[in-house]
Amino acid sequence: MILLWLECDANGVTEISLETVAFARSLSAAGGGIVIRAALFGDVPEAARDQLAAHGVDEVHHVTGSAYDAYSGAAWASALQDIRERTTCVVVAAAGSPRGNEVIAHLAARLDVPMAANVLSFSGLAPFEVTRQVAGGSALEDMRLPRRPALFTVAGHSWTATPADQRTTPVWHEESPAVAEADLIARVSARGEAKEDSSGALTSSRVVVGAGRGAGGPNGFGGVMELAEMLDGALGVSRVVTSLGWRPHHEQIGQTGSRISPELYIPCGISGAIQHWAGCSSSKTILAINTDAEAPMVTKAHYAVIGDMHEVVPAIVAELKRRAV
Amino acid sequence: MVNVLVCVKRVPDSSSQVVLTPDNQAVDGRHAGFTVSSHEECAIELAVRLAEATGGLATVLTLGPAEATEQLRSALAVGCGAAVHIEADGVAFGPADVAREIAAVVRSHEAEGRGHDLVLLGNDASDTGDFQVGIRLAYALGLPVVNGVSTLEVADGVVSAHVDGPDGPETYSVPTPMVATVLEGGVEPRYPTLKGRIGAKKVELETRSAATQPAGAHRVRLRLPPPAPTTVEILGEGPEAAPSVVDLFEKLGIR
Ligand SMILES: Cc1cc2nc3c(=O)[nH]c(=O)nc-3n(C[C@H](O)[C@H](O)[C@H](O)COP(=O)(O)OP(=O)(O)OC[C@H]3O[C@@H](n4cnc5c(N)ncnc54)[C@H](O)[C@@H]3O)c2cc1C
Ligand SMILES: Nc1ncnc2c1ncn2[C@@H]1O[C@H](COP(=O)(O)O)[C@@H](O)[C@H]1O
Repeated sequence: MILLWLECDANGVTEISLETVAFARSLSAAGGGIVIRAALFGDVPEAARDQLAAHGVDEVHHVTGSAYDAYSGAAWASALQDIRERTTCVVVAAAGSPRGNEVIAHLAARLDVPMAANVLSFSGLAPFEVTRQVAGGSALEDMRLPRRPALFTVAGHSWTATPADQRTTPVWHEESPAVAEADLIARVSARGEAKEDSSGALTSSRVVVGAGRGAGGPNGFGGVMELAEMLDGALGVSRVVTSLGWRPHHEQIGQTGSRISPELYIPCGISGAIQHWAGCSSSKTILAINTDAEAPMVTKAHYAVIGDMHEVVPAIVAELKRRAV
Repeated sequence: MVNVLVCVKRVPDSSSQVVLTPDNQAVDGRHAGFTVSSHEECAIELAVRLAEATGGLATVLTLGPAEATEQLRSALAVGCGAAVHIEADGVAFGPADVAREIAAVVRSHEAEGRGHDLVLLGNDASDTGDFQVGIRLAYALGLPVVNGVSTLEVADGVVSAHVDGPDGPETYSVPTPMVATVLEGGVEPRYPTLKGRIGAKKVELETRSAATQPAGAHRVRLRLPPPAPTTVEILGEGPEAAPSVVDLFEKLGIR
């Protein structure tokens, strides 16, 4: 059996958690129809129930109780360990999100078994071999997971969150496994207000307008921000921009920033270094705006405009306004 | 007085094209040069700030080949006061092996009366990206761990660790000793001064050998992904391209 740790936001199960379910369905099929169980912690929005059925989850373990009100990697892994022991699951996986990697790493340490982070695909079942992203996505590693349970996380946006061919009627288990005091020492003790324009908007927007060193300075973002607003999109930046303090770190796209997969990404004045590419390569369409026709961002893009972003972007904004009337 | 141990890994500089070693077991940094991950640079900065503010000591540690002493010297040059080198072929060591070796050093320092209040690591190493050494280390030591920390303070034996969580900022209050993994972005790492660099050369390194045989990383091989075909369509040059761009938006159903 396969056990998945899934995350929710206000709208239901997160996109990358549903991608993990799609991965698990493929694994289930390869193993002749292995049962898929999901563990969800805390508040589960109503929409999630329908999503779990549509995406082919067979059994749901909904974990609540005072021990789980605030996040603690150790406590959540302890509950996951409890479920996995009762259900004898041979695979436990989560999305390759910060929390997904953290919870699975806790479980790996508790069980003293290997863990593979950011898995893209699997090849053999026995031995179980996976391919995962390393070096910020610029290299792949074939890795064996010889011990049971096999523990891994699924790289964000490497699978598509499509519903299953057949809906399921998940069996719902409400539970509250006991947790040792020691596992509750490192738990969230205070929470601040979410930043209004936090990276949530960046990772969920259909359109992202990017800006790099080509912006020229902290005051060079007016045009790209106006374009982002007109397209109902979000602004993302390169690391040069955050390092120079032109824009806040939570807007950074890349290996050490957010990974995005919008319908359209418009990088302006961004060279397309491998660490930046690691965060934007799964965009459906890329339109690069750059003065340099040889920049990697241009050669890797689907479309490009060669020119100064401070001239091209305002011209696009003007054209959008012209067509709007 | 807060004594901090900060763990760094010598990794190939990832800003240039990735090349693999001939045995396909590691990323080759011979031409690109070597560094530590940006998360670890921030961990060093946090360690040095804590030591400076409390009159404590920041000790840097690495497990790796003889050349990894370069990375220790760089950390000494920005304010770490002591350095530990576990001499070993890093590639043969999986994340559980590395955690076990770091734990052995922490325990032996503790036994010698120079224990660490806090152990800092990076959230993930930029070459192997295993996302687990810090957490495994915490379990090996029986200590609590907070992951993905951007800034932290210590007061009265309690660490306040700040994390940019999925739903906004979070704080963990955890008594020392504890382990934390650091995510870049909370602090700006400083550059070494000339004085720092000269001072770093004089520090005597604590050199150790690995305590146990490594179990390994279960790596079969590394490969490079196939290059994406370039089929870029140039929509035009300069502002005159704007109408074609907006046509594209309409074709994609963006507005
Ligand atoms: C461990 C590590 C992690 C990293 N993580 C990240 C990360 O998460 N995200 C990230 O982005 N980077 C990351 N980097 C940095 C990365 O290697 C590059 O340095 C960075 O992405 C370059 O930013 P840039 O494209 O804005 O700047 P540059 O590389 O300087 O490129 C500027 C581009 O703008 C073009 N340009 C200049 N002026 C104009 C103009 N007026 N109009 C149009 N085009 C113009 C130029 O032709 C050029 O292509 C990381 C590096 C390391 C070593
Ligand atoms: N060989 C090593 N020596 C010292 N610290 C290491 C080593 N390998 C990993 N680490 C630490 O563990 C963190 C996470 O690494 P990883 O789990 O491999 O992604 C790194 O950022 C380092 O701080």
